[in-house]
Amino acid sequence: MSALPQTARAITYREALRQGLRSVLLNDPDVFLIGEDIGKYGGCFAVTKGLLEEFGEARIRDAPLSESAFVGAGIGAALAGMRPVVEIMTVNFSLLALDQILNTAATLSHMSGGQCPVPLIIRMATGAGRQVAAQHSHSLEGWYSHIPGLRIVTPATIDDAAGMLRAALEFRDPVIIFEHMNLYNVQGELSVDAASINIERAAIRRAGQDISLITYGASLYKCLTAAEQLSAQGIEAEVIDLRVLRPLDEKTFIQSVRRTRRALIVDEGWRSVGLAAEVGMRIMEQAFYDLDAPVERVCGVEVPVPYAKHMEEAALPRVEQIVTLAASMVKHVG
Amino acid sequence: MSGEFRMPSLGPDMEAGTLVQWRVKPGDAVKRGDIVALVETEKGIIDVEIFSDGVVDQLLVPEGTHVAVGTLLAQLNGGATRTRQVIEVGKPSEAPQPLARSAPVPATHAATSTTPTTTIVPPTISSVPSPEAHRRKVSPAARARARELGVDLERVTGTGMGAAITIEDVVRAAQTVDKPGIAEPAHDMRQIIARAMSRSKREIPHYYLSLTCSFAKARAFLDRYNARVDIESRLLPSCVLLKAVAQAAKAMPEFNGFYKDDAFQAASDVHLGVAIAMRGGRLVAPALLNADQKSLAALMIDLRDLATRVRAGHMRSSELSMPTLTVTSFAEEDVDSVIPVIYPPQVAIVGVGAIRERPWVVEGQVRAELTVPISLAADHRVTDGRAGTRFLATIRNALQAPEQL
Repeated sequence: MSALPQTARAITYREALRQGLRSVLLNDPDVFLIGEDIGKYGGCFAVTKGLLEEFGEARIRDAPLSESAFVGAGIGAALAGMRPVVEIMTVNFSLLALDQILNTAATLSHMSGGQCPVPLIIRMATGAGRQVAAQHSHSLEGWYSHIPGLRIVTPATIDDAAGMLRAALEFRDPVIIFEHMNLYNVQGELSVDAASINIERAAIRRAGQDISLITYGASLYKCLTAAEQLSAQGIEAEVIDLRVLRPLDEKTFIQSVRRTRRALIVDEGWRSVGLAAEVGMRIMEQAFYDLDAPVERVCGVEVPVPYAKHMEEAALPRVEQIVTLAASMVKHVG
Repeated sequence: MSGEFRMPSLGPDMEAGTLVQWRVKPGDAVKRGDIVALVETEKGIIDVEIFSDGVVDQLLVPEGTHVAVGTLLAQLNGGATRTRQVIEVGKPSEAPQPLARSAPVPATHAATSTTPTTTIVPPTISSVPSPEAHRRKVSPAARARARELGVDLERVTGTGMGAAITIEDVVRAAQTVDKPGIAEPAHDMRQIIARAMSRSKREIPHYYLSLTCSFAKARAFLDRYNARVDIESRLLPSCVLLKAVAQAAKAMPEFNGFYKDDAFQAASDVHLGVAIAMRGGRLVAPALLNADQKSLAALMIDLRDLATRVRAGHMRSSELSMPTLTVTSFAEEDVDSVIPVIYPPQVAIVGVGAIRERPWVVEGQVRAELTVPISLAADHRVTDGRAGTRFLATIRNALQAPEQL
């Protein structure tokens, strides 16, 4: 282990996030973290463990149980020139701060003619799969992607977990980082310098010429697994990690669809009026004449995410669903 | 009168065309020769005429559809076969006969009802049939590729989701060369020329004759004529040459017609094809209709009109499908003579070389004379050199008496 170079050491997604936080705390004295249980407890997903000891209470601030209050505090600090990084436990609780996020953070810059930018970063966990029931399991990043003025990013890889925060600090407008709960324990190696990470473009995680699987967040791994199974059937899927849900990097996925002529969107969020619908519509607008099959999607079932394990699994996109649908889009019958 | 309007063949090699635009709508009265639609073929966009009188009942093919020659495009009322429907949709109060007595209505009834406003009401059904009735599932990419490859989608079997036609199906169909279902690649006029000329050289045993004729009398005639008329009415040398060829064709019908089904069929009229080069390496030979019967002045008007429309891409269907004999002229070019290739299924083509002064012997003296080399390529299955010689002589003689043209 010690013989391996530093960059090749396997770390968890959680550790990568912590490295990213630590790095910006070290590099920029204006950066501070605020959120529930991030200090003494080390964060409800243990992302900030050890940071209080290293950086002290002034920069690692435990907040009272009021999302509206501590997001509002973050907005005020950002307006005053600080670089707050707010942690909200899960996206479900962020609804309590929705007024601050939508009516204040996302709009002040516009309403002030650019005089009052809000360079706020909010991190929150999203997604299902850990049997924490409906009130802790929803994927609302598609909702947030509806809002002009916000930048929405979804790190799915170790590199993105480590580097997206630093990239977010370069923007003057609010950036929300959605971390899928199921990813915190994923292990991998940092393969690139965090400084090279952008939060502007989608990424092709696997190249293929038969179909484009367009996804983001934890569903990326379902798509990559599905792509391997499809490959065994002779179908080579291209897997696109959107990375940035707002503004969408259309160019990358449109170009991919133009090559493969088929698009399957995989999104854990509810199907109706969701992110998959938006991506699909962009494809219709820009690549209709290149399509060789209808655009399809695999989304979350439209119910509050169930608690029971088998039901929770049934409510989320599954690898076999992706494989079956993708194969039916590519394979010719008769 | 059939009451039907079908995709016409606008040339011997045409198998399909794209209905680009309708120029009529249900309820419109049309008469023979009216332009009813624009059809795109390899030769460009053609104004398509209708060959019967009547009233448009239904348009059966939506704009933008690529269909095979012979496909029913529209139904007409006004023919005997449509009588019953005319009565059914007509206003009973204005019908000449009481409805109670009108089933079956004599065929003559509708034929006399030529005023659409009194007895014929446009049907209330939509102008095109419901798309669900016959629309096939074709992926957008497959449709685009089919147009590119000239594949007729009606004859492609779909193997995609829900039996939709995919790119792969189109490509597979395109690889089945020379089978029904493969139409001509649109826009690729070079291919159509290649096919026609290859067929000509493969099937037609050409023989070639040429004769240099004095053009002095014709030139003098043109000068006299043109001095009398305004600039727009002046005649070009080619007008005189075309008329001379048209008269020769009328006099010797064995050079004017088509070779079809192993036999020559003489044409009753002379529709003289004129080879006209278009931009982008395209070449067409639309017809001057009844060229032998027209005065030089009328022929000149037709020629100008044809050249203008060809350059604008507006050729009439009858002009494209009808040439009975073609002339290819290099009269204004720097070429001594032309040895042309017959455009099948025609049986002859006349080439005109440069009109210029050449050494000319008259009564033992060499002098400079304005001359034009006329050449003939003819189908040896139909005529022999002897007939060809007379054909050329007929043209020459006509040029020596231009005032009689």
